[in-house]
Amino acid sequence: MSDIAKTVSHSGRELIAFRIGEQEFTVNVMNVREIRGWTRATPMPHSPAFMLGVINLRGVVLPIIDLSARLGMKPVEPSARHVIIVTQVRDKLVGLLVDAVSDILTVKEEIIQPTPEVASDHERSFARGILAIDNRMICLMELEAIFPDIESEAA
Amino acid sequence: MDMNEIKEIFFQECEEQLAELESGLLKMNDGETDSETVNAVFRAVHSIKGGAGAFGLDDLVAFAHVFETTLDCVRSNKLDPGPDVMKVMLKSADVLADLTIAARDGNKVDPSRTTGLVKDLELLANGEAPTGASSAPEPVAKAAPAPVEAVAAKPTDDSGFQPIPFSFDDFGDEKEEVAETPSFEVTFKPRSDLYSKGNDAALLLRDLSRLGDMSINCDMSRLPPLDQLDPEAAYFRWTIWIKTDKGEDAIRQIFEFAEWDCELEIKARSEAPETAEELPMQPIPFDLSMLDEDSIASEADESGANVAAAASTAKETAKATVQIVQATAGAAAAAAERRDGGDRREAAAAKADTSGGANPTIRVDLDRVDRLINLVGELVINQAMLAQSVIENDQSGTQGINMGLDELQQLTREIQDSVMAIRAQPVKPVFQRMSRIVREVADMVGKSVRLITEGENTEVDKTVIDKLAEPLTHMIRNSVDHGIEPPEKRAALGKPAEGTVKLTAKHRSGRIVIELSDDGAGINRERVRQKAIENELIPADANLSDEEIDNLIFMPGFSTADKITDVSGRGVGMDVVKRSIQALGGRISIQSRPGHGSSFIMSLPLTLAVLDGMVVTVANQTLVVPLTAIVETLQPEAKAIHSFGANQKLIAIRNSFCPLVDVGRILNYRSTAANPVDGVALLVESEGGGQRALMVDAIQGQRQVVIKSLEANYTHVPGIAAATILGDGRVALILDVDSVVAASRGQVLKIDGALAATG
Repeated sequence: MSDIAKTVSHSGRELIAFRIGEQEFTVNVMNVREIRGWTRATPMPHSPAFMLGVINLRGVVLPIIDLSARLGMKPVEPSARHVIIVTQVRDKLVGLLVDAVSDILTVKEEIIQPTPEVASDHERSFARGILAIDNRMICLMELEAIFPDIESEAA
Repeated sequence: MDMNEIKEIFFQECEEQLAELESGLLKMNDGETDSETVNAVFRAVHSIKGGAGAFGLDDLVAFAHVFETTLDCVRSNKLDPGPDVMKVMLKSADVLADLTIAARDGNKVDPSRTTGLVKDLELLANGEAPTGASSAPEPVAKAAPAPVEAVAAKPTDDSGFQPIPFSFDDFGDEKEEVAETPSFEVTFKPRSDLYSKGNDAALLLRDLSRLGDMSINCDMSRLPPLDQLDPEAAYFRWTIWIKTDKGEDAIRQIFEFAEWDCELEIKARSEAPETAEELPMQPIPFDLSMLDEDSIASEADESGANVAAAASTAKETAKATVQIVQATAGAAAAAAERRDGGDRREAAAAKADTSGGANPTIRVDLDRVDRLINLVGELVINQAMLAQSVIENDQSGTQGINMGLDELQQLTREIQDSVMAIRAQPVKPVFQRMSRIVREVADMVGKSVRLITEGENTEVDKTVIDKLAEPLTHMIRNSVDHGIEPPEKRAALGKPAEGTVKLTAKHRSGRIVIELSDDGAGINRERVRQKAIENELIPADANLSDEEIDNLIFMPGFSTADKITDVSGRGVGMDVVKRSIQALGGRISIQSRPGHGSSFIMSLPLTLAVLDGMVVTVANQTLVVPLTAIVETLQPEAKAIHSFGANQKLIAIRNSFCPLVDVGRILNYRSTAANPVDGVALLVESEGGGQRALMVDAIQGQRQVVIKSLEANYTHVPGIAAATILGDGRVALILDVDSVVAASRGQVLKIDGALAATG
């Protein structure tokens, strides 16, 4: 499935835009399995701080990541206001905790601008580009860069 | 499905066919040569050949074809299956099996094995005796019609069709209607989409020609005059008569990709013989090479007039053809039905005979069974949730609801048991393989060992069986290589020269217990201790119980063998064994008596999906502790708690001291140590030997939970075995008792070292 995500069709690709704090990001719609409300997660021992725990997704144990903390921003106090985007990265399902889902965009390759050269490599590692739409700056997020190897993350 | 998956299925089916073949041949060998048995044998080889052809397994196809040809002779009563013939048949079956295995593994079989048999089979097919021996009169009498049959049955798999205007006069034998290669009439009319999608009728026809003898008639009646010709449209219609033994499916397969863009009709023709002679058709010799050049338009340019003339004759023949077709269609349909009916009955009978005994069986995809098991697991969870909400909302509970719930629980449990039983298989096949391994290893190391098995019919979940073979193999090799003494030594000790390895399986309290014991020398504890100290696995002055010394052999890289042999000595065996057993959710322990032998006892869960657990809370988190690990629960009293060293606490239980393990700290749920008196202690028994007392805050209850994997979407977490879903829908973690205990022992060992250092 992620292979399909990589190929850009002539008409552009579909992205789901969501908000974390004041910033907006997107993920490719092909990676998204579902969007659901927040439920309290069972914390896992020996897990990094951005790993909130696991929840029960219709019988499947799904890990929930605080995306804000993962991107190096402020950790979030999860509440019913938040939204979980269930994504598939390679062959595993991961839930991303975000503030809200804002949009579904169809984006042509041409309007994607390259990531600005900022000091920190961390920001550049997860961003694939920037979109300027309606005075908003939306950052295209590369899911696979955020979860390069889930095993080594949690070890 | 990709090619590899399809190939897998094919090889699985081959195994079944080979089994059928073997049993059929054995029956024939016993004298049961009725047509049903012979047909079953023929079909088995035929199926293997067909499938092998699809995958291009040429060696297999070639041999199977010769085998099949000879079997065909038997089937059509041209060859009498006497003892000599059966010998050749049985040997051929063996070679066929070897070729199949070779094809599956990508190896080659020594051609010398096959060529001799191929010659014999061909001789038989031609009505001659294979090695010149007995029963001369019968084969000779049948020699006359046999060569004709042989000629007709020769492979026509070469490419390049030859339109053979065949007549069926040569075949005087009426009985052959079923035995002869079936003919089909294929009507193929492509639509213009077919060409625009990249298919080419010429290539399709060429592939078709590879299936068998074929003659083509092209109906060009729809071809318009040149000025109205649309070069991208399709005007032709082909009627093809093909004689092939590959069946209608093979024909359809050729047109697979073009199926939607053409009109395709395939009719079986078996009664055609009579009507064929009346066929006034003049097959317009259709030259495929013409199409290959892709210049229909230009050709039509030159031969516009010819086309018109040809078209009119074609029209007539087409009309005549249509009439014949209709006449034969009726007859063919009737014949096909009869044949199908016969086939079905035979197939039903064959199915009933398979898998030994009168029980009909059915082959099911393992995925479907897995899905069913998952759903039943969900059902159990849901039922638990329902029961819980009723209890919470309705304390008193109406009579009806409570009774209903109880019944529901009963039913769910029964469904669960039945579903688990679907996947249960006896351990017999695994044990049988072990027997061979014992012989091989004993030979290799020059000892004499015998394997005794007990409880072979004990049933275990299929996945457990699959994963059991490897650890058992390791352990048996170790037993024979290290445990059993050489015959001379045994004699000197007064033991019988032949060593005994005993493998037993039995059900015990919801688990299956497999025990592997030998009557060898037992574990040399001194050597083990020494080696462990040398490899720095334990400090030099560590005081370990016998049990703990025995368990040292499970440590990674441990081996007391002084040299590495082919069989063992690399020090990877027992560690891998233990991990494999644990991966199955099982436990392994050792009992050893020096001089008398050792015993490895494995306890495995009957099913992998469900667990009886005790629900406890630790630092506000809910955990599930597998019930099988818990020996006792107790409420610690202050006076029973003793401190040991800087960090350790021990609890006195009936005159022995047991280390307390603070689960909350080990799992990092809290940073401060808990006070044992505030909570409950669970006395657990771990594989590494010894007991521990796990400190938890409170016990919530005991229940059966469905195991959910963590590794599926996350990763392995130390201390946690898996996860489960509680009645309230939340995820609870299942504690991995062994690793928690191991972690705590790490602390103990470190403390000891510290003590030693400070003197």
